[in-house]
Amino acid sequence: MATPFVYILFLLLLPFGIPNLLLYLIAFATGLTLDAFYDTLGVHTAACVTLVFVRILFISVTVSRDGFDEPEPTLGNMGIKWFLLYAFLCTFAHHIVLFFLETFRLTEFSYTLLKCLLSAVFTLFLVTLIEFIFYNRKVR
Amino acid sequence: MRNLWIFISRYNAFFFFIIFFSIGVVLTVRNNSYQRSVTINSTNKIVGDVYINLNVLKKYMNLGSVNDSLAVENAKLKTEILALKNIDTAKDVVVKDSIGPPQYTYLSARVIKNSITNRNNFITINRGKDDGIETNMPVISPGKGVVGFVQDVSDHLATVRSLLHKDTHISVSLKRNNAVGSLVWGDRNSDYRKAYIKEIPNHFKIKLKDTVVTSGFSFFPSGIPVGTVSNTGISTGDNFMTVEINLFNDFSTLQYVYVIKNKLAKEQTELEAKLPNEQ
Repeated sequence: MATPFVYILFLLLLPFGIPNLLLYLIAFATGLTLDAFYDTLGVHTAACVTLVFVRILFISVTVSRDGFDEPEPTLGNMGIKWFLLYAFLCTFAHHIVLFFLETFRLTEFSYTLLKCLLSAVFTLFLVTLIEFIFYNRKVR
Repeated sequence: MRNLWIFISRYNAFFFFIIFFSIGVVLTVRNNSYQRSVTINSTNKIVGDVYINLNVLKKYMNLGSVNDSLAVENAKLKTEILALKNIDTAKDVVVKDSIGPPQYTYLSARVIKNSITNRNNFITINRGKDDGIETNMPVISPGKGVVGFVQDVSDHLATVRSLLHKDTHISVSLKRNNAVGSLVWGDRNSDYRKAYIKEIPNHFKIKLKDTVVTSGFSFFPSGIPVGTVSNTGISTGDNFMTVEINLFNDFSTLQYVYVIKNKLAKEQTELEAKLPNEQ
């Protein structure tokens, strides 16, 4: 019922300074690689691209453009509240696109949505867990 | 013109999103069509090799249970041979088959990649064009039911659209009263041990634990066991009923499969294509 996709942590943790086009290209390549192994050409690709879009929007709204104090949006750098909201929005957007493209019909709408939500929570849990394992708060 | 460029570059995130997202969706849609001719999947050389190598360890771990199932099957076949011999010697019957060699031949293959958690699942096997595999050949598991249809073939590998896929429909019938229905998987259910039979006419009486076998109307030979009925109380609101079954086949531990070559498949398809399409 709930399938986690932890690989999105890679896209979540890319540094702030990367130009948008490069971000999209990285997401595209990541998605295509996963699709090759899952035999679902295009599904993960579209989902990864959506994730990067949400990531760019969220960062442009919450972090000031001039001074990126931190190099990467990690839990240790940004604090738990910011990171949780960031990770949840990105994960949820990714999973919605992923599951709906995979199902590709609306007759199973509510079931797919439920599956999507449970998987997103599972992924979020694992992502946060991994972040806590590699947690290092910067000494200011 | 200059303003347009400024506008585009200010909102570049959005425009990039539109471009890349469309590529992804186009790929998905094209991939959803019946015949896939793309190479970015597990029949690909690189991806296929990775799966072959990854599978070595898993194969080793499962040796015990695979051996057991093979031994059971061997025993069953030996019994059948014995039975055939007995008939021959006692009655001296010569069975003459008018089409010569048997209609169905089996080819064993090893599963090198398998998935059960997606909405649409595929299996990759280590046989391909060189072994005579073609698209749409049915695939079964040793002694325990149906697996799916061959979807894509490369020189040495093939992908199988498993029963756990939204587009897989297999014609099955109940062994007790020959009621025919269509076996599907995954409508509001993603349990790989359960599936549904749809479009069984309402007047049939169906009991729990009834055995379900393939009907022989699709590409599968008739009489292959599929599962047992586990729930008959699903309301559909029309003249057909839907029945839930427990599959005999455990997709999570699939190691070896048989690909069935049907000598008459091409002939049958050609003949049926001539029917006027009146529906």
